[in-house]
Amino acid sequence: MCPSIIQVDVIIPTQTKYLDLIGSIGERIARELDSYTGDKAALAYQLNLVLTEATANVIKHANDENQKDTVRVSICLHQNVLNIKVYDHGQGFDLNSVPEPDFENPKENGMGLFFIRSIMDSVTYTKSDNENVLEIIKNLN
Amino acid sequence: MNLDLEKVNKFNVLIIKDERIDAHNSSELKDYILQMIERGENHIIVQLAHVRFIDSSGLGALLSGHKNTLAKSGRFALVNIQQQVLSMFELTRLNRVFEIYDSVNEVTDN
Repeated sequence: MCPSIIQVDVIIPTQTKYLDLIGSIGERIARELDSYTGDKAALAYQLNLVLTEATANVIKHANDENQKDTVRVSICLHQNVLNIKVYDHGQGFDLNSVPEPDFENPKENGMGLFFIRSIMDSVTYTKSDNENVLEIIKNLN
Repeated sequence: MNLDLEKVNKFNVLIIKDERIDAHNSSELKDYILQMIERGENHIIVQLAHVRFIDSSGLGALLSGHKNTLAKSGRFALVNIQQQVLSMFELTRLNRVFEIYDSVNEVTDN
């Protein structure tokens, strides 16, 4: 928890039908940023995309034998820094081993993390016994 | 997924009526296009005027359609792409892979 202008925490079942909800929250937050001087419509799309991609990745790899797994998303805006954390209970992955897309021979998969890296300023993934977290940060100055 | 299919000359125009293509509906879109190609409908125009959001899985579904129509010597074109959606094609350089036009007529007239 951080002292923040906006803090939103959401827990959803690991089902793709909730991606619209998660993405829409990012889009709405972008539209509320009165002090943001950049292209607000573009930022709204980008936050929708980043939240959608990160959440979809968790859902894809969810440990959902009983379909009771959840994904927790925490969005925190503090002093023009947007911090998004997406928590999962899966096996986790090595962020550094995910390759850049091959632009000359594009594949149908593997562009999600590229989007997140391209749009955001910092991306880290931390594994732990109970819960892993993908932390993505964007400076909104 | 909410889709309409129209025939214009030799082209099958697939009108996507959902505003959003993401991991929830992209498999359905991919399968629908593959079924069209299997039926021999391999001249496809995808009309994206209603689509205001696409994610990586949506791009993947369209890329599948592109590759499979080309493998059958067909054509696969995208039309009426909204600006924010187009920026996703530009970011992934897929704008250089797909045939992209402003309207259905621009494809069928050429």
